[in-house]
Amino acid sequence: MATITLDQVRKVYGGVVEAVKGVSVDIADGEFIVLVGPSGCGKSTLLRMIAGLEDITTGEIKIGDRVVNNVDPADRDIAMVFQNYALYPHMSVYNNLAYGLKNRGMAKDEIDRRVKEAARILEIGDYLDRKPRALSGGQRQRVAMGRAIVREPAAFLFDEPLSNLDAKLRVQMRVEIKRLQRSLGTTSVYVTHDQLEAMTLADRLIVLNGGNIEQIGAPIDVYDKPASTFVAGFIGSPAMNLLPVKAVDGGLGLETGSGLSVPNLHGQDKCLLGVRPEHLEVVDQLPNGPHAQVTVNVLEPVGAESYLYASFENGGPEIVIRVSSHAVHKPGEKLFLGIKPENLHFFESQSGKRIGD
Amino acid sequence: MKRLQLSDHLVLIGGVIFMVAPVMIAIMTSTHDAITIYKSGLQFLPGGQMLENYETVLFRAGGFTKEVNGLVMMKNSLILGLGFAIGKIVISMLAAYAIVYFRFPMATLCFWVIFCTLLLPLEVRILPSYEIVQSLGMTNTYSGLIVPLIASATGTFFFRQFFMSVPDELLEAARIDGAGPWKFFFDILVPLSKTMIAAIFIIMFVYGWNQYLWPTLITTDEALFTLVRGIKQIMQVWVGAQIPALNEAMALAILAMLPPVIVVVIFQSWFIKGLVESDK
Amino acid sequence: MKKVLFQSRLVPYLLLFPQLSIVIVFFLWPAAEAVRASFYLEDPFGFGSTFVGFDNFVDTVTSTDYGRVARFTAVFTSLVTFLSLGLALLLAVKADKVLRGSSTYKTLLMWVYAVAPPVAGLIGVLLFDQHVGPIVDFVAIFGWNLNIGVDYYDTAFAMTVTAVWKQVPVNFIFFLSGLQGISKSVQEAASIDCRSGFRRFWTVTFPLLAPTGFFLLIINITYAFFDTFGIVDILVKNEPGNNPVTLVYKVYLDGFRGNDLGGSSAQSVILMALVFILTVIQFRLIERRVHYN
Repeated sequence: MATITLDQVRKVYGGVVEAVKGVSVDIADGEFIVLVGPSGCGKSTLLRMIAGLEDITTGEIKIGDRVVNNVDPADRDIAMVFQNYALYPHMSVYNNLAYGLKNRGMAKDEIDRRVKEAARILEIGDYLDRKPRALSGGQRQRVAMGRAIVREPAAFLFDEPLSNLDAKLRVQMRVEIKRLQRSLGTTSVYVTHDQLEAMTLADRLIVLNGGNIEQIGAPIDVYDKPASTFVAGFIGSPAMNLLPVKAVDGGLGLETGSGLSVPNLHGQDKCLLGVRPEHLEVVDQLPNGPHAQVTVNVLEPVGAESYLYASFENGGPEIVIRVSSHAVHKPGEKLFLGIKPENLHFFESQSGKRIGD
Repeated sequence: MKRLQLSDHLVLIGGVIFMVAPVMIAIMTSTHDAITIYKSGLQFLPGGQMLENYETVLFRAGGFTKEVNGLVMMKNSLILGLGFAIGKIVISMLAAYAIVYFRFPMATLCFWVIFCTLLLPLEVRILPSYEIVQSLGMTNTYSGLIVPLIASATGTFFFRQFFMSVPDELLEAARIDGAGPWKFFFDILVPLSKTMIAAIFIIMFVYGWNQYLWPTLITTDEALFTLVRGIKQIMQVWVGAQIPALNEAMALAILAMLPPVIVVVIFQSWFIKGLVESDK
Repeated sequence: MKKVLFQSRLVPYLLLFPQLSIVIVFFLWPAAEAVRASFYLEDPFGFGSTFVGFDNFVDTVTSTDYGRVARFTAVFTSLVTFLSLGLALLLAVKADKVLRGSSTYKTLLMWVYAVAPPVAGLIGVLLFDQHVGPIVDFVAIFGWNLNIGVDYYDTAFAMTVTAVWKQVPVNFIFFLSGLQGISKSVQEAASIDCRSGFRRFWTVTFPLLAPTGFFLLIINITYAFFDTFGIVDILVKNEPGNNPVTLVYKVYLDGFRGNDLGGSSAQSVILMALVFILTVIQFRLIERRVHYN
């Protein structure tokens, strides 16, 4: 177990393409960190740099107290779970787990003990003699996890380990990974593009965009107080509604169209207003506080809840409203929406940065 | 629909007869005595001389050749076929491994030097090749027979293609598991290539066994004659023969084709896979 | 290219050493030697050689004998390529279509791949033999007095038939695997769009096979040029005098029988240029094939 420290880590490909632009973060011992962002944001590159599979252009990576910039991947005391599992197809499950330990020159009975222990934890004891191709996707995933566990490493590195599984299995494995990490207490860095996976697994999230850190924080903090429009749009599903607004008699109204009135809490001329779909409440009559007036376009039931897609009068962007699954709304219906002031987010129009806290 | 299938079968049966009949006639002819053949031409039905003919060709020297019998020639063919196939696979796997998995100065140069050998078959540079092998004192040796044939990089090209298709993550996982270049090669890459090796082995064995021009030039010593090389000897003996031993000639031809044919038929699926994919 | 590579100073050179040394000694050196010799006139008694510039090339190209051999090679190559491709395509299409016995047909049609060209030549020589050959007896019914080794065209005929026989299996294997690579749904879509099976073949199947066909075209030309050596050598029965031979066979004849080192080398160099062009075309086609897939 160890801390991981990244200090101004940069990765430049071929002297031109800057994939990671100076990332600094301190990962505590035993912490579960999730790197999340869209494809091409540099999250995998960053993880591979921690693993030692990519050179570090500038900056420093420490695992524990040791600078590992020039340490071979095998000597970094890490274990990695790959997206396609990267199981050795010609080796039995047992040998897949044992291979790394054998290469370290570990004693046979100790290898055996560790493999059996990992197999017990992951419930793959029955398949130890099988080849990977005789396993289902979920079982392969477990073997890949087992290969990481037997090393008893200072850190687990996960590179989108669940994206090859079907939706149901993904949820199940997600829970298992979390339980396992909690019980082993091993520092973990986990890469995903799935914001739900990120939210559910992380102690702390690192949201990456274009090689930069957009925000670091506990999932709920990131959700409640997104640092930028990028984070606001990326974390949370359906995404936060972002509306361009301008100052109008004592408050803020839509830049184009009408039907919105919120207080100008930060004295802006122009900015972006953010409201999550679940914070728009359908009410019977126009409330005194912040409110909106919209016309329903589509109702999309997803089971536990439904999403209303609605638009303002005289144009303006379409917004999403979360309503109870039993709410009955017809296209063309006019709605009054109430919003609590504490659920309003404000972002700078140009930079997209959050205004206020 | 049914009539359509019938015509398809007729075309295929015609094709099969075209492919099989010549060899059937050769086999039948090899079971008769020389005088029958001389009198009434090649034979379409089995005769009673099969054992005698094959025994003569296999064990008695002094037919078409003066000193060696068919068994020795078969041994030489086997050495050529196996030596060529194994040598080629080992050498080209190593070279392909270097090209695909290492970053080193002059990699591109090495790549092009090796791959320019695909441009010129042995036949076009046959005379200088012969002279060089002669000046190295390698005529009438197994190595002189085999090694120059390995110079073409077909195998390297094939293994390069295959290695490129091996997922990168496997190397990454192996490196995290502490495998260096040699360990990765022997523990992961070679076992992974097993079916590919088998496929290329069959193709190369057949290719080596069937070599004709090069053995004809390099081996003048009968002790090193291969079966295919022996075919040329048959032609030379015929000139001036009263009653040519066509039965034994056919028996030798059958012996020369039998091992590669058996290998190709038995390992058909590997062979086809190797052939179709190696040329891609 | 691989994302992760080993960094090692020595290992790659160690790995490449066997291959590179063989290539240099048995490929680059002879090839360079052939080019060098093509510009020299070798003394027949072994007393050195003189530089003669392009004389060897001029002599070669202008000789009537070379022209005759080149013409025969061109006709022979076209015939062998066209006939063996056509026959193999026909058989492959039928073998792909039949439901019953298709694997038996496949085996029976492909095994000749393993027969060595000179062995094919030997069987050919006997089947076409004036005295014992059944084919001679057969064509005699139509008044054709087939006489190989004596009549130039008769020998050419036997050579072509034998060469085609030997080459059909390779083409058959490639065409069949090409046909099996065409997705069933495309064929089903075609059978909905087009009722005539014949038309369907030419408008859907054949274009999809075209990349394989182009590729095989090059393979077959190379085969007819080089790999037929054994067939030619046996069929001319050691008496190439008045018989048809290919360009590659002439390189061998002039070099080893005629002791004309310069002329033989010049012919080698001309062939090298030809093969070079063919290979470049082949590589282009391989690139195209990748795009098709």
